[in-house]
Amino acid sequence: MSDIDFPSPKGADSELQDFLIQEKQKAQFQAQIHEFNSFCWDKCIEKPGAKLDSRTETCITNCVERFIDTSLLITNRFAQMLEKGGGMH
Amino acid sequence: MDALSTGTLSGAQKEELMDQVKQQIAIANAQELLTKMTEKCFKKCINKPGTSLDSSEQKCIAMCMDRYMDSWNLVSRTYSSRIQRERNNM
Repeated sequence: MSDIDFPSPKGADSELQDFLIQEKQKAQFQAQIHEFNSFCWDKCIEKPGAKLDSRTETCITNCVERFIDTSLLITNRFAQMLEKGGGMH
Repeated sequence: MDALSTGTLSGAQKEELMDQVKQQIAIANAQELLTKMTEKCFKKCINKPGTSLDSSEQKCIAMCMDRYMDSWNLVSRTYSSRIQRERNNM
């Protein structure tokens, strides 16, 4: 779902284009939630109970936040690696 | 698609197209949720597949589905507030 590329034909309706860009962003946002939920579920849920207890809720929140931190950290560090010309030969 | 590339869609056609796009995305989203839920809850609730789903397995699956939705909604809230925060920091 995240790989859709919309062609921009000549004279394409700009209202339609804006709409598609917006819908694409929404779809990407949802796809990301599916992914987060999938691996945070594996990390945080032992046995599904009658409700999500507060410890599990904290675990899930932390899982999402720390994953984003990790992603940002790695992205920045990777950019530095590329700048120095190291890392990839 | 011809009408799309030549820009001759009428207002009504455009509206119909937009509705269809929204609907397709909603269907894809529901399918993804359904697939993930089935996979996760099968893993959690069916340890040794028997000749039928017994009632405790069925109960477990029902509970698992509800918790999976709870978790999905929590992840959604957490993720959107993080995006909001990152935006404010820019």
